[in-house]
Amino acid sequence: MTIKLQPKVLTGTHFKNGNWAIVEGAIASGIAEFFAYPISPASEIVEYVTYRLPAVGGKAAFIVEDEIASINMCIGASWAGSKVMTATSGPGFSLKQEGLGLAYMTETPLVCVNIQRGGPSTGLPTFSAQGDYMQVQFGSHGDYPAIALTPWSVQECFDLTITAFNISEQVRSPVILLLDGDVGRMMEQIEIPKKEDLVIINRKRPPPGTDKNSFKQFDITGQDDLVPPMAHFGEGYHIFGTGLTHKDSGVPLLDEDLHSELIHRLYKKVEINNHLYPKPEEYYLEDAEVIVIATGISARSALQAVLDAREEGLKAGLLRLITVWPFPKEQIEELAQRAELVVAEMSMGQLIWPVERYARKPCLLVSRIGGTPPSPAMILEGLKKARKK
Amino acid sequence: MTAKKKTNEIDTSTMVKNPPKKFHHPYDELLRKYAIPTIYCPGCGIGTTIQAFLEAITKYTDIPHENIVVISGIGCTGRASGYINLDGFHAIHGRAIPFASGVEIARPDIKPVIISGDGDLFSIGMGHLAHAARRNIDMTVIVINNSIYGLTGGQDAPTTPVGALTKTTPYGKISYPFNLSQIAIANGATFCARYTVYEFTPLAKAIARGMNHQGFSFIEVISNCHVNFGRRNNLGDAIAMRKQFKKARVRMTEKDINKDWHKTDIEFKVGVGFTKIPTGIFLEEKERPIEFSERIVNAYEIKKS
Amino acid sequence: MEVHQHPEKKYYLITDESRCKGCGLCIAFCPKNCLGFSDEYNDKGWRVAKMQRMRDCIKCYMCERSCPDFAIFIDENEQTEKEELLKEEKTQEEKKN
Repeated sequence: MTIKLQPKVLTGTHFKNGNWAIVEGAIASGIAEFFAYPISPASEIVEYVTYRLPAVGGKAAFIVEDEIASINMCIGASWAGSKVMTATSGPGFSLKQEGLGLAYMTETPLVCVNIQRGGPSTGLPTFSAQGDYMQVQFGSHGDYPAIALTPWSVQECFDLTITAFNISEQVRSPVILLLDGDVGRMMEQIEIPKKEDLVIINRKRPPPGTDKNSFKQFDITGQDDLVPPMAHFGEGYHIFGTGLTHKDSGVPLLDEDLHSELIHRLYKKVEINNHLYPKPEEYYLEDAEVIVIATGISARSALQAVLDAREEGLKAGLLRLITVWPFPKEQIEELAQRAELVVAEMSMGQLIWPVERYARKPCLLVSRIGGTPPSPAMILEGLKKARKK
Repeated sequence: MTAKKKTNEIDTSTMVKNPPKKFHHPYDELLRKYAIPTIYCPGCGIGTTIQAFLEAITKYTDIPHENIVVISGIGCTGRASGYINLDGFHAIHGRAIPFASGVEIARPDIKPVIISGDGDLFSIGMGHLAHAARRNIDMTVIVINNSIYGLTGGQDAPTTPVGALTKTTPYGKISYPFNLSQIAIANGATFCARYTVYEFTPLAKAIARGMNHQGFSFIEVISNCHVNFGRRNNLGDAIAMRKQFKKARVRMTEKDINKDWHKTDIEFKVGVGFTKIPTGIFLEEKERPIEFSERIVNAYEIKKS
Repeated sequence: MEVHQHPEKKYYLITDESRCKGCGLCIAFCPKNCLGFSDEYNDKGWRVAKMQRMRDCIKCYMCERSCPDFAIFIDENEQTEKEELLKEEKTQEEKKN
C-alpha cells in the first residue's frame, strides 16, 4: 500500500482532543515505536498513532498481545536506541507495574501514558477518575522515584508530552503522563508551534572515542547530574542490564551496601534534576487565606470555584500541580504556614496524603467519584468550610 | 597393534611445570570472567548449553558478535546472559520475549537470542512465545528444559512428567507435561529443533542453523537438573542423567525434517526415568514466511510528494 | 592451572582447579579413561578433576564439551606444531642437500 508522507509537526491551530495531542507531542518528540494494548479510554491514542506514525517514517506502531508485553517491548526498544511510548488505563497500568519497576531499575527512558478511569478493577471503563495517583509512586514493589506529569488542557497534553520525553531522556528514567479520562477526551483548541520552536532533547550518549571494553552502562563518574550516559545494543559496548541489584557495569551483585548505594543514587538523580520538572501553577496566591490544591480536570473546576469565592469576598487561591511526582513539598510547606489548604480530587482522597504530610496539619478534602469532577459549588463550599475553622 | 591395557596408574610425567604461555579457555573472551565460576550446581546442563551457544557463534555462524544480544528471563537459566560477554539483558520473569521483540523491531540488524528456562518461557511467559512465533519475529529462542523449577527449589513445572515426584507433587505429578517443540511449531515457529545436553556438537550446529534462519527459530535443550529433579526421582547424579539422555535419545535424520515433528513426545517412566527423547531438527521452513521486520518495511511505501 | 602435554602430538590439556566444581562429567565421559579425581581440594572445597594418563588422550574434546564450568580445555599448540613442521622441513632439506 502506498501512503503519503505527512509532516512530523502539524504546525497550526487545531480543534482536537487530549489523546490526539499526546500522539502529536510524541511524534514531534521523535518516537520511533509505539506498543500498546487497546483499553478505554486510551484506545484513541493507539488508533491515531497507528495511522500517524508510519506516515512520518516511524518504525512500528501496533497492538501487542498484552499490557505486560507492551511495556517490556518498550524497554527493549529503548535499550536498542529508540524513543518509545506506551499508553494505557487503570487495569493496564496495574499490569505494567512490574515492567515499570524494571525500567526504573535499569534506568530506561520511556514515556507511559495513563488515562485514568474509575476503579478498582474494571470499575467504570469509559468514565473519568483520578485514582491512580498513589499507584504511580507505590504501585511497583520496592522503592523507586517516580516522575509523573498531569496536564489539564489539550494544549498542555501536547506540551507536556514533549516535556515528558525530554525529562525521560535527560534523567534516564520512565516518565508517567497521568491524565484523567476527561482531559484525554476533551475537545479544545490547540496551537502547535513551528518545528524550529520546539525543544527536543535526546539522551546522553558515551562520548566518541570511548573505550568500548571498559565502558560501564551505569557509571556516573564525572556526571554532575548523576545520570550515566547510555550506550545501546549493537554498538559493541557489550552492555548488560538486569533488574537485580547491580554494579555500575550492570553485572548483578547481591550486596547490602551496593543496593543501598544504588537506590539512593536513583532517588538522588531524580531529586538533583528538579529544575527540569514543570513548576506548579499559581492563581491568586499572593493574598490567599484559603488555597485549593488540585490537578487535571479538578483544577479547572477549582479555578472557577476560586473566582466565585473572590466574588463573594473570600480570599481564595489555586495551586495547580503539574509535576505530581516528585511531590512539590517545599511549596506546600510554605503555603501551609500562611493559609488553610483544601484538596479537590476525583478519588476517595489520594493527593491529600502527601499534602497533609508536608502541610503538617489536617487539610480539607473535597472528593467526588463516579466519573464527574467535584463541581465548583462543592469546592466553594469546601473553601468556606476551611476558612471557618 | 596390540590393544593398550587400561591402567589406573597416575602418570605425572606429562605435566608441564613451567608452561610456555598463559593458557585461556577458547571461549574466555566471550565470557564475563569475573562472574565465573557460575552459580550453577556441579554438573548442571546450563553451563554446557552456554558453551554450545558460544561454539555456535564462533564456529558455525557469521553473524558479527556485536549484533548479537543475549536475553534471558528469571530462573537458573535466567542468569546465563550475565556470563556471556556480549550485549545482554536479564529481563523480568517470563518477559524475555517481549523485550527481544522490542529490540528486534527497533534494530532489525540485531539478532536477539533468548536463553531461558522452561518455567520462564512456557509457564509465565507462554503467551508471549505464542505471539512472537505467530509474528515470525527474527529471533532465536533457546529453551533449557530441565523439567522443574530449579532456582526456587524444585517445584513442579509445566514440563514435569506425569508421576514425577517434586517438592510440590509429593504423591506424583498429576497433570500432563507440555511438548515444547510442538507448541512452538503449532504457534508458527519456522525452525524447531531439540537436543539433549549430551549431544554437544549437533546442539551447537542447530543453534547456529537456527540463528542463520531468518524468522522465529526455536531450540529446545533437554537438560539435567539432577539436584532437584534427578535426586527426587532416583535418576542419579549429573553423570547418570546424561548417560540416560544418551540412551534415551532417538535422533531424527535430515530426511525426517518437516515430517515427523508431531511424533516427538518425550517418554518418562516413574522410577526408571527418560525412556525416549526424540531429538534432531524437527522443522525448517525453507520457503519461509517473511520475518516481521521485513514485513514492516514491505507493508507500505511512503509517497514523498 | 595444571598443564599436561601430549608426548607425541604436543598439544596441551589444561585443567583449571579454580573453576572446577568436581561434577565428574569429564571423567565419566572420557572414552579413554584418562581423567580422575585429584586427592586435593580446591579453594571452594571441591575435589577437582585431574589429567592422569595424558598418553592415552586422543583429543576427542569430550571433556571440554561436557564441562559446564569452562574448567578443562585443550590448547591446540599450533605454534609448536608449526615450528616442528618447519624443523622437519629443514631437516629434510638438509638431508636432500
